[in-house]
Amino acid sequence: MYSFDIEQPKTIADAVAALAGDEEAMALGGGQTLIPTLKARLAAPSRLISLTAIPEMHGICMDDDGRVCIGASTTHAEVAEGVRASYPALSALAGHIGDPAVRNRGTLGGSIANNDPSACYPAAALGSGATIITNARAIAADDFFTGLFETCLEEGEIITELRFSVPEAASYQKFAQPASRFALVGVFLARFSDGVRVAVTGASEGGVYRWSDAEAALNEDFSAAALEGIAASPQGMIGDIHASPEYRAHLVGVMTRRAVAAAS
Amino acid sequence: MAAVTMVVNGNSVSAEAEGRTLLVEFLRETLHLTGTHVGCDTSQCGACVVHVSGKAVKACTMFAQEAEGAEVATIEGMAEPDGSLSRLQQAFQDHHGLQCGFCTPGMIMSAAALLRENPKPDEAEIRAYLEGNICRCTGYHNIIRAIMAASGQELPQLASQ
Ligand SMILES: Cc1cc2nc3c(=O)[nH]c(=O)nc-3n(C[C@H](O)[C@H](O)[C@H](O)COP(=O)(O)OP(=O)(O)OC[C@H]3O[C@@H](n4cnc5c(N)ncnc54)[C@H](O)[C@@H]3O)c2cc1C
Ligand code: FES
Ligand code: FES
Repeated sequence: MYSFDIEQPKTIADAVAALAGDEEAMALGGGQTLIPTLKARLAAPSRLISLTAIPEMHGICMDDDGRVCIGASTTHAEVAEGVRASYPALSALAGHIGDPAVRNRGTLGGSIANNDPSACYPAAALGSGATIITNARAIAADDFFTGLFETCLEEGEIITELRFSVPEAASYQKFAQPASRFALVGVFLARFSDGVRVAVTGASEGGVYRWSDAEAALNEDFSAAALEGIAASPQGMIGDIHASPEYRAHLVGVMTRRAVAAAS
Repeated sequence: MAAVTMVVNGNSVSAEAEGRTLLVEFLRETLHLTGTHVGCDTSQCGACVVHVSGKAVKACTMFAQEAEGAEVATIEGMAEPDGSLSRLQQAFQDHHGLQCGFCTPGMIMSAAALLRENPKPDEAEIRAYLEGNICRCTGYHNIIRAIMAASGQELPQLASQ
């Protein structure tokens, strides 16, 4: 690793000021992605501004609209425990990210900000139609994820909280890549009173996306049979040593049908 | 450089650490506690697992300065006060839960965290919890048996045998 200093501010305002005052500074969440990146010398920040010691970025509550609100520095393990009753599909997703040690450090905000094309949380945020709250604004998940490792976050902007509307039924189906434990393909399906959302991770070269054909079919008839004859196209799907684009496209269908069955 | 103070295995320690100093480097190179191993240094293998504030973490994927003020437990603190092996460590020996021993400090620390959360885990729960601990020698069966024995359970035929 190149050399850098670490700062551990106690408030969002101090963290934002520290990042604004230094173009070379970077936010540090749980470090479960950033530290391996630093070791590989793929980033050379002057300073890391840790977001994990900020009390106002931790914790889970329910707002007046019945949304589950989660501080961005809440760890995957804390989410898995904390939303078990209020949002079981999200709890199950968080409880299967990586392994216990990763879940004890990795944070919701770090995962969403990183937008790894194989990460789990982006699918939950997009599939739930969550709202991403930053120090500056509120962003709909539909507008937030803009491409591979790309989001609409501005320089120095930090995610402070996510708000999830809780669907009537939901399921996350992950086909784990056995070495990395990320999703080879993952599908987060959520059925709300006003419609079904299907978010796919791990598959597309453009990162997480909504499978609109499946949503339309499921809005007509919420059953696995409704998906018969609807296939995801391998066009634009990731192909690597783990799986070809065709195989990933096939898995998108399989995982979606499993999610429908689990949420029925 | 900054002064870092933490409680390691019950002892308060204070030393200088750079921003980029990993917790595992601080433990091994500054405190000379070399029981915590570095297998991969890429967050995959779990040989470096220690407890920070009671939670299992990969010490190669956390900075020393982030452990400021925390309670840290390492394999060196696992034996009984008289130096004899703890029940969990003894079970690893009795059931051949190790061969070369390189993964063992991380295995013991992960297993100890599991047993604190779930005192009588079944085979599937043990395997799931150890997902981030890689062993190149034992094939895992005897590690599972050791953890079942340490938690006072019968040793059934493992599902995978
Ligand atoms: C062995 C292993 C297995 C894993 N398996 C999975 C898996 O199955 N599924 C999965 O989804 N993920 C997996 N991960 C990734 C893990 O979930 C990470 O915790 C997560 O991707 C990043 O979160 P973090 O808090 O560690 O962020 P960091 O690594 O600290 O930061 C990641 C990036 O986000 C930025 N950042 C961090 N917090 C914020 C914030 N609040 N606002 C703005 N920017 C921020 C940082 O500057 C950095 O660029 C795995 C990781 C490992 C090591
Ligand atoms: S050395 Fe830390 S996970 Fe391998
Ligand atoms: S005993 Fe050799 S790696 Fe596990």
